[in-house]
Amino acid sequence: MTAATAATRADVAPAVPPSRAGGPHPDVRVVRRRLGPGPRTRLSFWVGPLLLLAVWAVGSWAGFISPAVLTAPWDVAKEFQNQWVDHDLLGNIGTSLRRSVLGLTLGVLGGVVLAVASGLSRVGEALIDGPIQIKRSIPTLALIPLFVAWFGIGESMKVTTIALITLIPIYVNTHNALRGIDGRYAELAETLDVGRVEFVRNVVLPGALPGFLLGLRFAVTVSLLGLVVVEQFNSESGIGHVMTLAQQYGQTSVIVVGLVIYGVFGFLADTAVRLIERRALSWRRTLEG
Amino acid sequence: MATHPGGLTSTEAPAVRVRDLHRSFNRSGGVLEGLDLDVAPGEFVAVLGRSGTGKSTLLRALAGLDRDVDGYGEIEVPVAVSVVFQDSRLLPWKRLLDNVTFGLRAPDADERGRRALAEVGLAGRERAWPYELSGGEAQRASLARSLVREPQLLLADEPFGALDALTRIKMHELLRRLCEVHRPAVLLVTHDVDEAIVLADRIVVLDGGTVQTDVRVELTQRSPVAPGFGELRDFLLGRLGVQEHLGADFIAPGRRRATSATPS
Ligand SMILES: Nc1ncnc2c1ncn2[C@@H]1O[C@H](COP(=O)(O)OP(=O)(O)OP(=O)(O)O)[C@@H](O)[C@H]1O
Ligand SMILES: [Mg+2]
Repeated sequence: MTAATAATRADVAPAVPPSRAGGPHPDVRVVRRRLGPGPRTRLSFWVGPLLLLAVWAVGSWAGFISPAVLTAPWDVAKEFQNQWVDHDLLGNIGTSLRRSVLGLTLGVLGGVVLAVASGLSRVGEALIDGPIQIKRSIPTLALIPLFVAWFGIGESMKVTTIALITLIPIYVNTHNALRGIDGRYAELAETLDVGRVEFVRNVVLPGALPGFLLGLRFAVTVSLLGLVVVEQFNSESGIGHVMTLAQQYGQTSVIVVGLVIYGVFGFLADTAVRLIERRALSWRRTLEG
Repeated sequence: MATHPGGLTSTEAPAVRVRDLHRSFNRSGGVLEGLDLDVAPGEFVAVLGRSGTGKSTLLRALAGLDRDVDGYGEIEVPVAVSVVFQDSRLLPWKRLLDNVTFGLRAPDADERGRRALAEVGLAGRERAWPYELSGGEAQRASLARSLVREPQLLLADEPFGALDALTRIKMHELLRRLCEVHRPAVLLVTHDVDEAIVLADRIVVLDGGTVQTDVRVELTQRSPVAPGFGELRDFLLGRLGVQEHLGADFIAPGRRRATSATPS
């Protein structure tokens, strides 16, 4: 009875001050429509890929996707097992990963050093920026014959190629972010008598970090893509090698195994970079949240 | 041209000595044209002047931030100069304590940073990110960053310009207290005549590229109700080309400037 009275009273008198909202009174403040993406939900980044897998599985099962077009997931799994047991798939994955990690590391280091050098000095810019832009506009595929001529067809050619193609997105994005750092921070550093090294460490690098991480996401992807290309040349191992062979023998299922491995690595690597990004950029207040 | 007796009272060497300072941004005319100014050690000088009279230009010259500006003249400033900007200019990627101690080369930098933050009432916020601070808190943090260096000269360009009236009054008390403890010479640019009178030992008004007025503030009490406050305020407002209790014959500051600033 009393509860009913209270509810009625609240209904006829909705103008309670916000401080007294709650309890039996309804909350009457105006909650604005949200324009950003809203709070983060855990594991949400798995939803899209899993959905894709589901569509693939259902399509194959129902016959919409013919095996000639795309091998069914369970056949891919069988082929995966076959490759794993009989053809040292793990060893091939290991070789490919080693090449791509090594190349990526060199490319990242080179890209950052060049971006800082060309971003902070006019001499550096004059020397570095032009050649990088030229390199950028030449397709890597077209460069490979040249690299083969320079570095032979061994590991060093493969790692160098990957380093050079990952260097580009790192350089471009880091350089761009670095040039975009608010000039007032440089002015501040000058009034605080900060030296050049300290300036780079405390202002330039953190300021360019968002751009660098974006570049890293691109670089990770192209380092995997580069594998396919470089492993076509005189390889005895590696995922790209396995796929090239499968193509010659028309083994679609093996190709799909390779594609899935690429997809999984690309996705995991990108997720890792984004986790780093969220950690490292917690000082920002953005839509990312 | 009219100058009240101001300037140095002691025979000490001044902390700031500016002679015949010229600065111009283009051929058409100079912003500063032969400016002379002395500031004694520990003296608090407020700089007033209409918008565009070169207050920021003067401050940037003293801070050594005007490499790309044309001009000449003599400037002597102490070694330890700190600048407080109108925006708090905290590095967004550094936590508060790291912002305060940025560039501070001392073995006990962290300890000094903590003490400075406590002095401005921000104890316990050492690990906050700048985006978590209110405008007033951010400005206090930037004050802490300036004072932790124990400057002999503190340059501040409208440091409280973006704050609300109440926070401003609190910041005035804070700044006065801090200046009494640390005793730097201070050059504070402001638009607010009351702020200048409340804070400064001496007030200079810039116009036509030079110090046009230079008055010493000799009030028994630093409050708008103190005897003499109103007169000084009216005098300064007059010097700025504003008359109190303006009627219909209000003259826009821009037009006044055009008539008064034509020495050439
Ligand atoms: N970087 C610049 N390039 C060109 N002109 C400039 C530059 N900085 C200032 N000026 C000009 O110099 C004059 C003085 O500028 P300054 O910023 O010193 O004025 P101020 O007294 O600080 O004004 P305010 O009170 O509005 O801040 C202005 O006319 C301004 O337009
Ligand atoms: Mg200004």
